[in-house]
Amino acid sequence: MVMRSAVARTALVVLVLVAAAACGKKTPPVARAVPPPPPPPPPASTAVPRPPAPPTPVAEPTVVPPEPVRDDSIASASLDDINRNSPLKPVFFEYDSSEIADDARGVLDANAAGLKKYPAWTVTIEGHCDERGTPEYNLALGERRAVAARAYLVSLGISADRLRTVSYGKEFPFEPGHDEAAYAKNRRAHFVITAK
Amino acid sequence: MTGTFHTMCAVGVSAGLAVVALSARPQTPARQPPASQQPAPQQPSELSTVITADAGAPPRMAVPDFIVLSNDAETVAIAQAIAQVLYDDLSFEREFALIPRDTYATIPAAKSFEDVPFARWHELNADAVLIGTVQKTGAGILVQVRLFDVRRPDGHPQAFGKEYSGSAANPRSYAHAISDEIHEKQRALHGVARTKLTFDTDRDGERMGGTIESRSIKEIYIADYDGANQRRVTTGRSLSINPRWSPDARSIAYTSYRRQFPNIFISNIYQGTLEELTKNPPAGESVLPAWSPDGTQLCFASTRDHPGNFELYVVNRDGSNLRRLTNSSGADITPTWSPSGTRIAFTSDRTGTPQIYEIGVDGLGLRKVTSESYADRPTWSPAPFNEIAFASRTGPGQDIKVMDLASGHVRQLTFGEGTNESPAWSPNGRHLTFTSTRSGKSQVFVMDRFGKNLKQITKDGNNYQPDWSK
Repeated sequence: MVMRSAVARTALVVLVLVAAAACGKKTPPVARAVPPPPPPPPPASTAVPRPPAPPTPVAEPTVVPPEPVRDDSIASASLDDINRNSPLKPVFFEYDSSEIADDARGVLDANAAGLKKYPAWTVTIEGHCDERGTPEYNLALGERRAVAARAYLVSLGISADRLRTVSYGKEFPFEPGHDEAAYAKNRRAHFVITAK
Repeated sequence: MTGTFHTMCAVGVSAGLAVVALSARPQTPARQPPASQQPAPQQPSELSTVITADAGAPPRMAVPDFIVLSNDAETVAIAQAIAQVLYDDLSFEREFALIPRDTYATIPAAKSFEDVPFARWHELNADAVLIGTVQKTGAGILVQVRLFDVRRPDGHPQAFGKEYSGSAANPRSYAHAISDEIHEKQRALHGVARTKLTFDTDRDGERMGGTIESRSIKEIYIADYDGANQRRVTTGRSLSINPRWSPDARSIAYTSYRRQFPNIFISNIYQGTLEELTKNPPAGESVLPAWSPDGTQLCFASTRDHPGNFELYVVNRDGSNLRRLTNSSGADITPTWSPSGTRIAFTSDRTGTPQIYEIGVDGLGLRKVTSESYADRPTWSPAPFNEIAFASRTGPGQDIKVMDLASGHVRQLTFGEGTNESPAWSPNGRHLTFTSTRSGKSQVFVMDRFGKNLKQITKDGNNYQPDWSK
């Protein structure tokens, strides 16, 4: 007990000194009385019997996953960086439709390849609409678009557990305009990587 | 669960007005303390006179500035504000023909209830004149109001008299209370001057965190029925949409994406607390809440059983007793309760396009209501009307239509000026609020049940999905 409190006091003194040194830049150094160091602890061997030897560890070598052949910048990037230059591209839909069009299939095929390359990724598929429908019904339509994209990916062998869907209705247009060019970009399923 | 992380704190309870019947004949009862929010029992002697006009015409009423009994700038401002707001409140229901206030200039202002120049008001062809006084008190202000029948040659009887006391902070609330009382006593009408609107808006221009695309958040706001006192009541810093007033007008249920996926939250706006009605299930989204008329249950749409397909569910207000109401291959969304609480109208695209249906709360008696090209956001009218307002696609955008449920007759209230969406009834069924893009961005408007007397409520940012409190 005595020993421990002495050690603690020393630690406290050291802390105070370190703190004083850290914030003492503006004031000139001042000689301070330093308490004497505590007496050295008595050798443990004289007071305490030696403990029994610890059990010998029995260890197997851990299997280290194979190193990537090439440095993979995507695998090492942050989620935000990945999503900023996402290899998973959005797919677009016709007006009032949640059918996967032919050109969207090609995009989803590539997205499926990306998801197979990075099997740890989980993805949220967001369904979005253009502004022409009502805000209420577009929640249903957006959901249907997200689920259509998800179903297509699942049909290509991507585990459904990795793909969540969410509908944003018409709340988050990608293009703020009010013409067909903007609408076409807003009717989309957007892929967000949420874990890697 | 009640959390305190709903940090927008309590919205101050509107100034509690102590209301006392004022009758010259027997004696004036003692005033209630300002803290009381309940009107005192009515005195039968009050109902002596109902203002009338020539057959068929609404009575013509004048509302001059209230008389200032304590002469300071604040009281003068309050007296003017009450009279102007009261004029607007009384105009809103069109039960009285309000004589424009700028025509009163030549009539000498009364100094008290005793020297009102009735002859001059009569010359102005008024049927009634509403005289009020404002006096500063220790705790706030005292407002007295009397409605005089100017048409009677026999001494101008008082048709209505009352006094109110409370805080000086919001003079508008005195005008609203007086207006509702006059409508009630003189016209047997449930006025809406003390009701409020709620809507969601991107006006704050804040951006979602954690997204790569630039995305604007939406928060829930409330406003007085006339658009005054617009204030934010949520701080989800995410998407908060689909706000719906509880029947007691003290809570707002809405859809929030603050947990990444949409769920139903309830903000108790006068307590500053937040409840999560639908805890994030393993999968599924919950959107578009609607309160039962007694406030004990909510209906909402959820994908919890079928990803990709919204079905309707009913749940108790505390989150218990969740049960599924619909089961179809189409999306079933946007519920609204009948005034009796026994039926629910909703939108379904089970036949391809979104149409309005109705079903019993017991799941029986499904009926297709509309045959439009595209119909959504049904809102069931209050009694005695039995109508459903909805948004219908009429061209590039939507227009507001109303179906009379007994006859099946549909009438159209807006006609292609911008897109017109998300209608909701006032509690007396005489007005609707909705959104329109006719002035540019999406804004909240109110109009009467015939589509006339349009008034724009919001002007900042985009504003959506309004609802009108009881």
